[in-house]
Amino acid sequence: MGHKTFSRGVHPSYYKELTSGKRVEAATLPKTVTIPLQQHAGAPCEPLVKKGDIVQEGQKIGDVKAFVSAPVHASISGKVKDIELAQHPGGFRSLSVIIEGDGTEKHWGPTGAPVDLSVLSGEAIRESVRDAGIVGMGGAAFPTSVKLAPPKGKAIEAVVLNGCECEPYLTADHRIMLEEPEKVVWGLRALMKATGASKGFIGIEENKPDAIEALRKAIGSSSDIQIIVLEAKYPQGAEKMLIVAALGRKVPVGKLPLDVGVVVNNVGTAAAIYEALNWGKPLIERIVTISGNGVKEPRNLKVRVGTSFEEVLSQCGGLVEGGEVEVLNGGPMMGIAQPTLAVPVIKGTSGITVIAASVIKSSVYDACIRCASCVSACPMGLMPYKLGDFGKNFRTADFKDWDGVSCIECGCCSYVCPAKRPLLQWIRLGKLKVRLEAQKAAAAK
Amino acid sequence: MDQKTLDTKEIKTAPTPEPPSQAATKLVVSSSPHFLNNESVPKIMHNVVTALLPATAASVYFFGWRALLLIIVCVASCLLTEYAFQKKRNKPIKIYDGSAIITGMLLAMTLPAGFPIFGAVLGSVFAIGVGKQLFGGLGFNIFNPALLGRAFLMATYPVLTTTWVWPRTMEKAVDAVTAATPLAMAKFEGKLDVPLMDMILGNTAGSLGETSAIAIILGGLYLRYKGYINWKLPLGYLGTIAAFSAIFWLSDPTKYPSPLFHLFAGGAMLGAWFMVTDMVTSPVTSLGQWIFVIVAGILAVVIRLFGGLPEGVMYSILFMNAFVPLLNKHTRPKVFGEARAQKV
Ligand code: SF4
Ligand code: SF4
Repeated sequence: MGHKTFSRGVHPSYYKELTSGKRVEAATLPKTVTIPLQQHAGAPCEPLVKKGDIVQEGQKIGDVKAFVSAPVHASISGKVKDIELAQHPGGFRSLSVIIEGDGTEKHWGPTGAPVDLSVLSGEAIRESVRDAGIVGMGGAAFPTSVKLAPPKGKAIEAVVLNGCECEPYLTADHRIMLEEPEKVVWGLRALMKATGASKGFIGIEENKPDAIEALRKAIGSSSDIQIIVLEAKYPQGAEKMLIVAALGRKVPVGKLPLDVGVVVNNVGTAAAIYEALNWGKPLIERIVTISGNGVKEPRNLKVRVGTSFEEVLSQCGGLVEGGEVEVLNGGPMMGIAQPTLAVPVIKGTSGITVIAASVIKSSVYDACIRCASCVSACPMGLMPYKLGDFGKNFRTADFKDWDGVSCIECGCCSYVCPAKRPLLQWIRLGKLKVRLEAQKAAAAK
Repeated sequence: MDQKTLDTKEIKTAPTPEPPSQAATKLVVSSSPHFLNNESVPKIMHNVVTALLPATAASVYFFGWRALLLIIVCVASCLLTEYAFQKKRNKPIKIYDGSAIITGMLLAMTLPAGFPIFGAVLGSVFAIGVGKQLFGGLGFNIFNPALLGRAFLMATYPVLTTTWVWPRTMEKAVDAVTAATPLAMAKFEGKLDVPLMDMILGNTAGSLGETSAIAIILGGLYLRYKGYINWKLPLGYLGTIAAFSAIFWLSDPTKYPSPLFHLFAGGAMLGAWFMVTDMVTSPVTSLGQWIFVIVAGILAVVIRLFGGLPEGVMYSILFMNAFVPLLNKHTRPKVFGEARAQKV
């Protein structure tokens, strides 16, 4: 207690001890990978290879001209078996490059002393970041190079690294901060250089004292970077919540962090930037926490992008037998449930959480007893019980009037509701309806 | 909820290296969050029932078995009424959620120990039938059902609802038939010298739950400990009663009772801890809750001092219940990052 934080929010059980003490291990080299051409927010890539091509690990296999985009790379060497629509962990189907591996592995590592940041231009860093296909690795997968290029007239004063990892079960970021603090700090400095920010902050929840210690050591006596210890509370890692807790700045409704002079990046992203700039390694691999009460041996694994969930889970003892499970891309609060295990790990897969029957929500719910729990939990200051009703009943005008569009879909409201009302699900309906109406209005014009 | 259970053939994908036992595991798809806390409506309601037990025990101690009989009758009639309505309307039977038990207990708590059984049944049927089920059941009612039941009895049996008996523990040789509550004595006889300690413990005339402040506070603290009530509601209500009555008391201590008297007399404690805090009928926003308790507190004192009735707690809460939807609408919290002031 006594640490910085935001108003409201919830304190779920974290269950991080399942994996927080486990070192990151390399997953076995997959025989085949399915690499979606859309792994980021923005325009999907066009394939740069065709069926039958021989590709090298790290070779760019998809790119697109659009500003908001990031290229994708081959995560193993081998032959392009096919380019086809495949199930994507985001819950849709995406054009994907399927590569059959030749069993070889490229060695990535330092090619000399760490690059001297002072000789690199911001432009050069931005280009390398885009070239390496780096996106936000906390889950949202927003192309990092775009964040580094603010529109003219908007100065960036601070880069905040997000090391909160407020989702239950997940420990991937925790392990990165603990095992590779130098990479994180170097990556942060690169981000500062690229944006021209003079200050760097790393926000970490107080429940990761070892990571805080490791980063403190890596920063040493330099004063350009400051660690901000935050209360362990969900959704502390949501951009707006992190910025208000760390810097006391509130991102206005409908605005972006850069409107308050801030850019937020995940700690994993910073480490990936280090590897890209120093080793020339594109984002083809990431640390994934595989945990939950539905998986036999929870682990932290370094997994190649494109490896199927099935293959990753089999390296963790597999799923518990019998009964029902939910397999999530991400953590239990915001993760997306998968209808099949034949989906690939993508750049934004911070975890694979498997929730077994005992914890799975039931589909029955009671009437709202106006207990106010959802209102006191909503970090955005909304009235979820009302928004849920408006969304469910398609009362779009009321939904807009009660600021439903400001919902960040954190799920706190559904989490606390004693009547087990699927509030967020209904709110999503409401938001969808608002979007559809806006589209209709635009089309009518 | 659009929770789909996919059968196993859909999840079988490429030949899997895993043992075939995996096929027995079903993948379920639902929307996030996939993790809920372990609260539930019945759990909350059952905790409220537990919290009412000390007050129940105290009422039996002070008023004897007749008190217990009244409580049992009220609870049983509330449950039956609830069952009958749910059955009749083909709704799921949810009488075990505990909410009807609470209504029954609370209604009994507002009655004098000598209240006729038939009246108690009638009050319970009204409380659940009209006060709750006609609105659509738990969560849809505007007024606190128990208070509505009590108000109904007050209109139907104006004399019997105020025919108090002395607690067993008080030796009143004279005039043992009917007794006067401390509030009535203060109002109609100008008698302000009821020992405070008796009122705190419950050693005075009054309805079952109006007497022992200690037992009620105990239950209230239990609920607070469990996290089911917000300090603001009971303390704001009691604080307002104390502060507002203090103004009069300070102006003329011989005419007006002291704030402490107001706090421990009548239904103030029961109302503050168990009726103002009723989730369904109190506001959900912080500002709304403040307005609710402050206005209700002032009203209670005004009725007590200047109304035609000795007790104002019940009407003050019922009156404010009516404004809850409005309060919720107009006291919405400020949306994160919103520049505008609160919307009105
Ligand atoms: S948490 Fe659930 S029961 Fe409570 S007010 Fe919100 S929607 Fe209603
Ligand atoms: S309404 Fe939206 S922002 Fe508020 S708690 Fe629910 S999901 Fe989170």
